[in-house]
Amino acid sequence: MSGRGRNTFMLMEPNALIKADAPPVLAAYGGRKTVKKRDVEKPKVSTQAATKRMAWVVQVAAVRDNQDRKAFAELFAYFAPRVKSFLMKSGASPDMAEECAQEVMATLWNKAHMFDPTKASVSTWIFTIARNRKIDILRKQRRPEPEDLPWGPEAEPDQVEAMGLQQETEQLGQALATLPEEQRHLIERAYFGELSHSEIAAETGLPLGTIKSRIRLALDRLRHAMK
Amino acid sequence: MMMNKMKQIKHHLTEPLMMSYAAGTLPEAFNLVVATHISMCDDCRAALAEYETVGGEVMLNVEPAGIAEDALAATLAMIDKGKIAKTPSPHRKQDSLFPGPLQDYVSGDVDSLKWRKVGGGVSQLVLETSKDATVRLLRIPAGTAVPDHGHRGTELTLVLQGAFVDKKDRFGTGDIEVANEELQHTPVAEDGEDCICLAATDAPLRFSGLLPRIAQRFIGI
Repeated sequence: MSGRGRNTFMLMEPNALIKADAPPVLAAYGGRKTVKKRDVEKPKVSTQAATKRMAWVVQVAAVRDNQDRKAFAELFAYFAPRVKSFLMKSGASPDMAEECAQEVMATLWNKAHMFDPTKASVSTWIFTIARNRKIDILRKQRRPEPEDLPWGPEAEPDQVEAMGLQQETEQLGQALATLPEEQRHLIERAYFGELSHSEIAAETGLPLGTIKSRIRLALDRLRHAMK
Repeated sequence: MMMNKMKQIKHHLTEPLMMSYAAGTLPEAFNLVVATHISMCDDCRAALAEYETVGGEVMLNVEPAGIAEDALAATLAMIDKGKIAKTPSPHRKQDSLFPGPLQDYVSGDVDSLKWRKVGGGVSQLVLETSKDATVRLLRIPAGTAVPDHGHRGTELTLVLQGAFVDKKDRFGTGDIEVANEELQHTPVAEDGEDCICLAATDAPLRFSGLLPRIAQRFIGI
């Protein structure tokens, strides 16, 4: 597929994005030397953070359409250290986590065409790649995955839908961040594979349902967006 | 075909199961049942996406680790060499009783499998997975009781064809029953067609010693 036709990817209505905080536009990649500066000092943390997520979406599109190494380098700088850290917390040695993190980022490059910004934030997508790699390498198991839906990503995903999904993911992230520290740690440890859910409940004396009801509102918004 | 089934699904995955699947911490046998159910159930597919989103946020919030100075260059070199294979999608049949992830574990369809009789007219086929849990296909003739296979740990039973009923409920095609040690029941396959289930347990019959850590993981699901 030619990249040219898809360059408009996230930018069907550029004004909507600029209004939301002027993220780097796709045209900034793929040969041009200048990158639009991002506004950094805005009071609306949520919008700004959602804009950061839209920037990642644009960077993935640049990798997909133009094999853009600058966009990839930016994604790499942000995500590789986090992927590595996540894998180490999940039980990988530093060396193995380093190697895995590089493989995860290389997979991002190869699968950029599979990414659908109306279905996931880039952070979610990279997490699933890292999770899969973790199962392959650390647990050495086969990894049954659900059937793909019969339809793949749209050639030109609806921009408003994509922005909405990114904002909702940001809300979820903020909901998670504002949980009492103890509860947040427990959820983190469940994802690192350190703790079972019954252990979570036992350790806090809180039923899992109580812990999770704190983030349920944000999840409900996401659920709506997924449909 | 699947679309019609989806509407009838009443019994879904539990939240801990989906969260554990999203986190990548389940035994392979359980992953297979979860992935197979999700292939049949849009509700659970959407719910899984939520738990994966939580995972993404957890990953974003970790203290970033220091990475090697040449990490980016090494990764680009890996990409240039094509070292990360673009794995082709597995070839799967559209009209099979078995959803895609299950097709990858069996060679053939219902009538060509090497079923083994386990008594009472019931047949089974144990699938090969990692040893921390086991998963099998069960074929229960219509009107027959499911043999007692014990609930020492957690057992997941996903109906692929037909239905079974117990005192409490009816489980039709696409439904999943999540049973733990507390559940005592005698499921019976409904009259009509044979009931075919995919059943996983983390207290494998062949192992006398429970794997305590794994077993404990699921108590209370």
